[in-house]
Amino acid sequence: MLTYIIRRICYAAPILVGVNLITFLLFFWVNTPDNMARTILGDKRVSREQIDIWKREHGYHFPRLFNTQEKGLSKVTQTIFWQKNLPLFFFDFGKSDQDGTNISRKIRDRIGPSLFITLPMFAISLFVDLFLAMIIAFYRGTYIDFYALIVCVLLMSISSLFYIVGGQFLLAKYLHLFPVSGFDTGLAGTKFVVLPILIGFIAGLGGAIRYDRTIFLEEINKDYVRTARAKGLGEGTVLFKHALKNALIPILTSVVVTIPFLIMGNLLLEAFFGIPGLGGYLIEAIQKQDFAVVRAMVYLGSVLYIAGLILVDISYTLVDPRIRLG
Amino acid sequence: MEESKLKNLWDTILTLVPEIWNNWYLQDVLVAALLIFLVWIGRRLSRQPYWRLAIREVRQRRIAVAAFYVLCVYGLIALLDSLGWHPALRGEDGEILRDTKNRVVYDRGGVTILDALLTPLRNAREKTYSAPLAKLLFSTETTVLPDGAMTQVHPPLKYPRRHLMGTDKVGNDVFYQSLKAIRTGMILGIFTTALAIPFAIFFGVVAGYFGGRIDDLIQYIYTTLASIPDVLLIAAFMMIFGRGLPQLCIIMGITSWTGLCRVLRGETLKQREMEYVQSAEAMGAPALRILRRHIVPNVLHIVLITVVLGFSGRVLSEAALTYIGIGVGAETYSWGRMINQALRELARDPAIWWNLAAAFVFMLGLVLPANIFGDALRDALDPRLRTQ
Repeated sequence: MLTYIIRRICYAAPILVGVNLITFLLFFWVNTPDNMARTILGDKRVSREQIDIWKREHGYHFPRLFNTQEKGLSKVTQTIFWQKNLPLFFFDFGKSDQDGTNISRKIRDRIGPSLFITLPMFAISLFVDLFLAMIIAFYRGTYIDFYALIVCVLLMSISSLFYIVGGQFLLAKYLHLFPVSGFDTGLAGTKFVVLPILIGFIAGLGGAIRYDRTIFLEEINKDYVRTARAKGLGEGTVLFKHALKNALIPILTSVVVTIPFLIMGNLLLEAFFGIPGLGGYLIEAIQKQDFAVVRAMVYLGSVLYIAGLILVDISYTLVDPRIRLG
Repeated sequence: MEESKLKNLWDTILTLVPEIWNNWYLQDVLVAALLIFLVWIGRRLSRQPYWRLAIREVRQRRIAVAAFYVLCVYGLIALLDSLGWHPALRGEDGEILRDTKNRVVYDRGGVTILDALLTPLRNAREKTYSAPLAKLLFSTETTVLPDGAMTQVHPPLKYPRRHLMGTDKVGNDVFYQSLKAIRTGMILGIFTTALAIPFAIFFGVVAGYFGGRIDDLIQYIYTTLASIPDVLLIAAFMMIFGRGLPQLCIIMGITSWTGLCRVLRGETLKQREMEYVQSAEAMGAPALRILRRHIVPNVLHIVLITVVLGFSGRVLSEAALTYIGIGVGAETYSWGRMINQALRELARDPAIWWNLAAAFVFMLGLVLPANIFGDALRDALDPRLRTQ
């Protein structure tokens, strides 16, 4: 098992290198350090000296790939690529372009609030979606199934912005059930996170139920289910005992890929409810034109996604003995 | 030296794109060409029995047919809004304006057919907010009564009962703005995929058919691109190139290309082993001919399903991206922009809700039929994909 995991991680290495190169191309080749300085200094008529000072202060004054003015090894090390892009591999994200804060430390501080929202949302969604999908699958072919599917498509067709705005307006501003926005750590923070979790859960409901239902229906048409019925087992036992276990394999593996991503938080929810998580950090960085932070987030997001894929492979081998590790 | 040349080329391209974007006559030609191409494809496909069967199956679902007609209405509005011209500017007295060299001055912004049809709505400008179908302005003004006393009244509108969905902060008709936003939504939904499809088909089919090193390389490229989460790649791209509809189309094309490419590669792997491909190979048909004549037509249904099912997602994400600040610019009509404005208005007391309501109705009116029609099409074209 361990060798399998190690090999799987080795497969991911070239992809990480590719992502690193893409961030380098986007942020330093397409968008030159000069452009960056001009955007951040804010004026179209920034003098050459100001740009050079800014670049020196933020360490962007090196050549990009190859420094011809240096000798020996420092030809390669005294470059933007070496100084700014390679440290991404070691999760050293450097300093923010705007306020000079340490990005890695900021990210560490903000993971907590993000997880405070996304972890409960993930768990609640997983169980409730599964439960509802199973009930709908139980009534397949009836009017309950028909109308439930229509509701699902309707839920899927509404932009999540409307769920957030509507929920915030109705439940927080109008009915005063929850605080409109804000955040606190520990138990005191619970009252702030209930509404975002609820809204996030409802926004994802339609698509998830439909997906889970189709998996159940596919499982129900298999031979072992027919055998179970032929033995005289009740429909409930067949569905909840036999089909559920097998349907869980594709459903669980489809959600496993999103687990590392929970760290990144939820962009819209964090923006609307003023939660100081990583999603909010990204939005702030976009609004402030902070290239260093966005570059760090792009890299971090990719790493988490790749980690998710590795987790999926591992979970497959754990739940399905037919998949060999060879 | 080399770099500065590249930079010059780059700058030319960057200035050329808005030039094309702002020239209606060029766009008319492009739109007409696209339309002719779509009709040609549609006619070719509808002659084949497989596609005719699919069309018949979709038509058996009444709700899918209804959804299709709604989509047609949206498409027609978008089309009317995509064909435009640059009229000569006229002065106050109705005379055609001329510049110092006695040349006629044309309107740079241009006018579309939809604008011309909706002139009564476009020009019906109020002072500020007014509720749907209201007779009076939403805000109050101080007026002097005949007996000299001052009082606060809602002044009457210039065009009472004309604004079906009210007016916004500067008094523009909300219904008109919602109609204009249809074009933005449709362009994002259709044009994005139009950009992505050729690449996806070419690379997917080539990777699946030839295998080996080519396959490894193409797989590596799309896996790497796909491993950057969409919203982050879009954020980086839009920050660097600035906000705007063309930029958003391009980057959404790049992010949507990879998924389709992966599916097409998998399908090609399956098709390659089929007897008809083997017999074509045995008869000595060249590889490119096999790809063009045999494999591409047999994976085309997957392309169509992906396009239609991805459509609604892109319309929805435009709104979210515009809210975050990486969507279309402030000068483009879009539902995302309307929602963005409405958020501040909702906080007022009494709340101004009609901007948000208009965006909601128009978006749901497009996305819901697109989802329904997409499902029906998928079931008709590929029953195996029902599970996904």
